[in-house]
Amino acid sequence: MSWLLGPGELVLAALLAIPALGAVVLALIADDRKAAWLNAFISFLTFGCGLALLIERPATGPFLIVDDLNAVFVIIGTLVAFTTSVFSASYIAHELETGHLTHAHLRFYHAMYQVLMFGMNLALLSNNIGLMWVAVELATLTTVVMVGIYRTPAALEAAWKYFLLGSVGIALALFGTILVYLAARAVVGEGLDAMAWNVLVANASGFDAAILNLAFVFLLLGYGTKVGLVPLHAWLPDAHAEGPTPISAVLSGLLLNVALFAVLRFKSIMSANPAALAPGPLMVTLGLASVVFAAFMLYRRQDIKRLFAYSSIEHMGLITFAFGMGGTLANFAGLLHMALHSLTKSAIFFCVGHIAQVKGTQRMPDIRGLTVSHPTLGWSLGLGVIAIAGLPPMGLFMTEFLIITSTFARAPALAIILGASLLVGLGALLLRLNGLAFGDPDGRSDPSKASFLPIGLHLALVLVAGIWLPPALVAWFQYVAALLS
Amino acid sequence: MISPLAFDIAHLFAGSLVLVSFMLLYQDRMTGLINTFASHALVVSFSVAWQAYIQQAPHLYITAGIALVIKAIVIPLALHRIVVRLGIHRTIEPVVGIGLTMLAGIGLIALSIMVMLPITAQAGTLAREDLSFALSVILLGLLMMISRRNAVSQVIGFLSIENGLILAATGAKGMPLVVEISVAFSILVALIVIGIFLFRIRERFETVDIHLLHEHRGEQP
Repeated sequence: MSWLLGPGELVLAALLAIPALGAVVLALIADDRKAAWLNAFISFLTFGCGLALLIERPATGPFLIVDDLNAVFVIIGTLVAFTTSVFSASYIAHELETGHLTHAHLRFYHAMYQVLMFGMNLALLSNNIGLMWVAVELATLTTVVMVGIYRTPAALEAAWKYFLLGSVGIALALFGTILVYLAARAVVGEGLDAMAWNVLVANASGFDAAILNLAFVFLLLGYGTKVGLVPLHAWLPDAHAEGPTPISAVLSGLLLNVALFAVLRFKSIMSANPAALAPGPLMVTLGLASVVFAAFMLYRRQDIKRLFAYSSIEHMGLITFAFGMGGTLANFAGLLHMALHSLTKSAIFFCVGHIAQVKGTQRMPDIRGLTVSHPTLGWSLGLGVIAIAGLPPMGLFMTEFLIITSTFARAPALAIILGASLLVGLGALLLRLNGLAFGDPDGRSDPSKASFLPIGLHLALVLVAGIWLPPALVAWFQYVAALLS
Repeated sequence: MISPLAFDIAHLFAGSLVLVSFMLLYQDRMTGLINTFASHALVVSFSVAWQAYIQQAPHLYITAGIALVIKAIVIPLALHRIVVRLGIHRTIEPVVGIGLTMLAGIGLIALSIMVMLPITAQAGTLAREDLSFALSVILLGLLMMISRRNAVSQVIGFLSIENGLILAATGAKGMPLVVEISVAFSILVALIVIGIFLFRIRERFETVDIHLLHEHRGEQP
């Protein structure tokens, strides 16, 4: 290998180096406003590198890989990370004014934000399944400390619960990873090759099926904990509700996807071995359980961030279900649903963050009449909830429709359960939206200094996706979907 | 092919690890628990060092060294300090009775042997027995985490799971270094996190008893 890097390798290196260096720089900068905007700028650069993956692909190495699947995840991830950092700048300014966060905390927060981006990019780009595990663990640990950053008793409880459940999940995933190595070693031989994902998929047909089966159970439970699949979801609502809202947006929009991506990587190894257990039914079961459970749990929520956290469980369940069903159409719908869910849910959390700031509370009974008191914020939330509930003309309607119809063709009973649960969830969300957005405003009501650029951008993308998808995008996603099935 | 003696010694260490995991389950005093954990880490570092010797894989000595220094010495000392400073030498309150926990532990070991042995037939005798022992240690660690309310015991439960993972990783011969480093690295990071949390929890509540935290659970219907 030559020391001169090609353009593809440079892009790959930049995707990892920019957040890593950014974290160091941000840890050293004392001025909060500068740090907040530098954070956004660094995230923007990373997003630029993500887009560059469309043009230049590096060659696959033993540690890193860029293929069509992870390019989708990286681009969505870096986009949401960038818009979240813009939102974070306006959110954090308010937290400083009200004294919720000190300057020292803020420096830590910004550095951790970039460490998190580094961890997520590394997890998505890694070819080595051990490296992927390390990266997911890094991302988990950074979010744990960020969730606990307010240091209120509730935040500590949430972070502790997240830490314990997250570590147990990650421990199970490592055991599964070791088992995969063991299965591969007999065929590929010792060393790095036996952990390289592309080698594993190519040789999976010769692996011992029994070891692979056991490994997949551990991996699904381990990474599934991080996806927030029922019954392993207990950490998710607390972590979303008690941390800073930008972190809730990143958790829902990015970290859950990264964990799901890990599951998908291992699913393709399983699928490549004809003797191994079909991974689909397991994923369908966990996914469907999550959708049903979360749909009913939505009704009893009192806290606005918890409401949308449960909605994330519902949607991650739906995506897992779609990938579990498999087939080009369901995979296509699942992939698109994942992208649109990331955009929509983070837009909703941006709105929710500002709402919680202007109203001084997260309790939904205390928030009323937002469309009257803060029209832009109220209507943006309304639009976001309509999108996440799966109503036309937003993009999520189309993907949910695709998932249900493709399921109907193969397993009508499951499609009925799924459709009914989605309707139940829709009812809960509209009920809550009615209380939040309409009626007479009461309680505290500060003027909002929100930045609507990220919210508007996300919702516009989701709306456009619902009306017209660019043929190039459709072709790309179809290609990836065909790869997965 | 390894000699029968080398095999027996490896077996002895892995088996002792399960035994010490069991001992962790019935400790009812904080200091006893921490000391037992120190011996748990000691056994794992011996086991890894022995694997390094019989596999002729020098990098595993690093893993053994890290386990010895960090987990058998530094963490127990730190935990002792925390326990003394917080004044929590008193007995540990289990959620389930000790007897029941032990029975569940036996069940878990039987389960892991029954699960692992049949399916790993081609993996080599040492690896497969190491794996079933490792799974036992992991499951016992999980059991410990759910059967204790105390933050320190939960942390120790988690660290014993990490020890089980190291045993599994070293048992899988020729596994690339990246995983060993990662495990060691994650322990360090985990320690930092845990340290922060213990201190924050103390600031707030003057105790590390987790069930008090439950009163602050975010959403009270």
